Amino acid sequence: MSYVQNTDSDRREMLKETGVSSFEELLEPIDSRLRVDGVLDIGPAMSEAEVASRLGALASANNAASEMISFLGGGIYDRFIPATVRYVLSRSEFYTSYTPYQAEVSQGTLQAIFEYQTMIARLTAMDAANASMYDASTALAEAMLMASVIKRTRRVVIPASLSRRVRAVLDSYAAGKDIVIDEVPFVEDGTIDAGALAEMLSEKTAAVILAQPNYFGMIEDTRKVSGLVHEAGALLIVLADPVSLALIEPPGEYDADIVVGEGQSLGIAQSFGGPLLGFLAAKTPYLRKCPGRLISATEDIDGKRGYTMTLQTREQHIRREKATSNICTNEGLVALAASVYLATLGEDGFREVALQSASKAKTLYGMLEEAGVSLPFGRNFFQEFVITVPGGADAFIARARERGVLAGIPLGKDFPSLGDDAVLVAVTEKRTRKDLELLCDLAAGKGGAV
Amino acid sequence: MVPEECTYTKEHEWVCHEGGIATIGISEYAATELGDIVYIELTEPGSNVKQMDPIGTIEAVKTVAELFSPVSGEIIEVNEAIIEHPEIINRDPVEEGWFLKIRISDPGELDNLFTFEEYSEFLGEQED
Amino acid sequence: MSRTIFEKGANGRSGNFLPANDCPVDDLGFAHRREGEIGLPRIGEQDLIRHYVELASKNYHIDKGMYPLGSCTMKYNPVINEEVASLGGFAGLHPLQSEDDVQGALELMYELESDLCEICGMSAFSLQPVAGAHGELAGMMIARDWFRRRGEERKTVLVPDSAHGTNPASVVICGFTPKTIPSNEAGLIDPEVLKQEAGDDTAVLMLTLPNTLGLFEKDIEKIIRIVHDALLEQAEKGIVDYPDYLFDVGALVYMDGANMNALMGIVKPGSIGIDIMHLNLHKTFSTPHGGGGPGAGPVGVLEHLAGLLPVPRVVKKDGRFSLKETSGESIGRVHPWFGNFNVFVKAYAYIKALGGEGLLEVSENAIINANYLMKKVARDYDIKYPGRCMHEFVASGRNLKKFGVKTVDVAKRLLDYGLHAPTVYFPLIVEEALMIEPVETEKKEALDHFADVMAKIAKEAEENPEILHEAPVTTPVRRLDEVAAARCPELSWSGGECLPMEE
Repeated sequence: MSYVQNTDSDRREMLKETGVSSFEELLEPIDSRLRVDGVLDIGPAMSEAEVASRLGALASANNAASEMISFLGGGIYDRFIPATVRYVLSRSEFYTSYTPYQAEVSQGTLQAIFEYQTMIARLTAMDAANASMYDASTALAEAMLMASVIKRTRRVVIPASLSRRVRAVLDSYAAGKDIVIDEVPFVEDGTIDAGALAEMLSEKTAAVILAQPNYFGMIEDTRKVSGLVHEAGALLIVLADPVSLALIEPPGEYDADIVVGEGQSLGIAQSFGGPLLGFLAAKTPYLRKCPGRLISATEDIDGKRGYTMTLQTREQHIRREKATSNICTNEGLVALAASVYLATLGEDGFREVALQSASKAKTLYGMLEEAGVSLPFGRNFFQEFVITVPGGADAFIARARERGVLAGIPLGKDFPSLGDDAVLVAVTEKRTRKDLELLCDLAAGKGGAV
Repeated sequence: MVPEECTYTKEHEWVCHEGGIATIGISEYAATELGDIVYIELTEPGSNVKQMDPIGTIEAVKTVAELFSPVSGEIIEVNEAIIEHPEIINRDPVEEGWFLKIRISDPGELDNLFTFEEYSEFLGEQED
Repeated sequence: MSRTIFEKGANGRSGNFLPANDCPVDDLGFAHRREGEIGLPRIGEQDLIRHYVELASKNYHIDKGMYPLGSCTMKYNPVINEEVASLGGFAGLHPLQSEDDVQGALELMYELESDLCEICGMSAFSLQPVAGAHGELAGMMIARDWFRRRGEERKTVLVPDSAHGTNPASVVICGFTPKTIPSNEAGLIDPEVLKQEAGDDTAVLMLTLPNTLGLFEKDIEKIIRIVHDALLEQAEKGIVDYPDYLFDVGALVYMDGANMNALMGIVKPGSIGIDIMHLNLHKTFSTPHGGGGPGAGPVGVLEHLAGLLPVPRVVKKDGRFSLKETSGESIGRVHPWFGNFNVFVKAYAYIKALGGEGLLEVSENAIINANYLMKKVARDYDIKYPGRCMHEFVASGRNLKKFGVKTVDVAKRLLDYGLHAPTVYFPLIVEEALMIEPVETEKKEALDHFADVMAKIAKEAEENPEILHEAPVTTPVRRLDEVAAARCPELSWSGGECLPMEE
């Protein structure tokens, strides 16, 4: 296959006009010793039919979670995606455009992102949101750097229950700025130890990171934590699940300073973990320190409403080494998907997604409780919770897989204190009562046979 | 201010000195080059600064300029009006649009700066 | 202008998307409930589709016309790639499924990594970084940890003055200090200047190749040698056999691979001594930009740095693929999973479709197109660095200043002619810069048309500059008040209220 359209005679003519006799002459600045010898060893060109068949074979070599009964979560969820999302995203006006540098011919992208910013600001109850970050973990890492700049100190407190993968990303970003990350332990119901937190806070603390719900699915007492954090003069950074915000108090209402989260739940395919969508919202005074693009409404010279990128002096293309972040390419198209998702479902449909997820999770919890399965952290969770299965998480997960069920995430390796029997189970609106019964039977040691 | 009696820097700042107090702003040339100024950040009063220390930033839509102290001393006042209404600087950079006042600790430093004539000549070179 | 979706759907109806809930909702059993509405739209599906189709009509995009943004490599995005990337066997995978369930995905990643290694002459690639700047960041972390492991705390990263803004910004996040290297009158790094700037505190030289002026550093061998010798005082050693010599490097050379579209099948960066580089799959390998993302910025290294790449790594043993989660030397993670997998599928399909000869044909045509267009544009615009260019060139609008016309006016007038503008005012070392990258998928006629329009605009500048000052007039909106938006931005829909920014 080739997507080059110049013909050989075009090329000859162009070389002639350029004033050279061959293509080789154009490479004159490259010493011949540096040149590639021979053809790149990546195989011959494939026809489109061969490409389709090769990719089809690779895709078929996978068994997708979306086609199974999936209780896998931990940041990526199997949710229903309305057809409008794929339709809008497949418009090449959106997917083949670049960053909106020429605002006059990018009003579609700009307005869509402005609407996305609005939805995120409303969901989190914050003053404003940016145009998107790579994913929740990098958004959180940037929020951490931002807090360190605002507070001019280098200590950050995170919950010990934070996803180990997210923690790893925080570590990578913290290392360059010598930021020290301390962990506050969790108590018996899986939420953070407020007493321990109070003792850890000092004038050196730039920020406390709180996940709501936390990685174990548990709902934190955010007001209490917020009070402690602000009393110590630190910033409160909240890592929020967007679907939970339909039912749980939004961070702006308990005085969060910066809010980040993972937008994959908002109409984005699981896609083996990428692309994802990091959102970041903040209080007004911190917007000048925030990373990434911001889209503002304004007027054109005729007084017509329009949209443009703004507060660009924060960004790398202008401030270079003094920029608030190095981010340039973001997740624009994914942010558009999230907007289309939220607008399609609307206020009521989105609430229904949250309600079904939470109620089904609670129903499963009840079933497991009745079947005598151990549930270490109790009922104060949103849609995800920890179960402990005698005989080990791995055996349970393997048993379930045989029945076409992805039972959850084993936690023992990341959180040794929970033991090798602990499994994190996520329930979304896609699960039916029958799915729940099946998982319950599997967890209770029944229904092992096919 | 009387432009002829003030001194100037290569960074296009003006410094008018009276009774040990230097009032500092940016020249008309600088204001025009930057274009519409949208945001100002200045070091807080009470701070002691040395000559050439950064004392603030000036932002237009797509440029940022740093403001360097032309003299050493203590910042005693900043112009709150320009922080709230940065457009004042574009309208009137040499009177209403002053930035801050510094109590000079080393008046000798003023001798290193351009006189009005020298600055005019310097501007002429810039435009070539 | 279009009303916002909030105005269109404030009180409307929306459809049913989920089956009836078969579980009770009366006892959710948690505290801290949200009170009141979120404020999401309530819009019917037809109006929703009309809303987005209306927005779509206000975008310029590659499928509409030429998009000559310098350094952005806006080439055609083959539609087959979109089709294969959306296959359920790829799109529906959860990253924590068992390795048995994801063999196809791991194989694709493994093969893509090895193809990128072959194209770039690197020993290993990690696909984890999700954007170019993210790849730079990972690359700088690798450099930092490499020195730390050797017990050295080097602080300086040399960055040419023509570099992208992301370069110095990425450097700073990793705790390094960028030091600017001025370009010489030919727009290149001067080895003599570099020799003076590089010292025992130098960790990395971060260069873009070809550079942002579209020029290949003709002294690249000397440059790399100077950097590698920075500590070892072996500058006088003469010709060096790079692959062996690399085990004795002093400082490292990082290549921003944003411009790799010029080098495929022509130069392998790893083979000439580049230690670390990143690629932009959303530039060179044709994956779409999506109005600003998602992208992918894989980071590649030579053998001595391979252990530092982010984890997990895909490994192959006895025909089976698995994920290696730990490596003692690794910088750790820059992303929780494997990167932007959906983008890998498209880049993989593109590489397979083209094959080795096809990729060379891409670079050849990119270079021919750029040189041809430069020659034509040079009739009406200044070219500060004439001669041979690679895949892009930088023109200047300074010859129009005498008519009171600026580069921004030229850019806006291009929009009136139904074309997209080049990258403007970058690189910073060219006054009134117009950075033009025609890419290989545009054919001669398209370039001729672009050059004709540029000539017409130059003529308008002379005869009737007012047209250029007024431009654009045919676009959905005209020039926007960016000053008002910066002084008091309106970042979300609240009936037109803005947020005062002074503290």
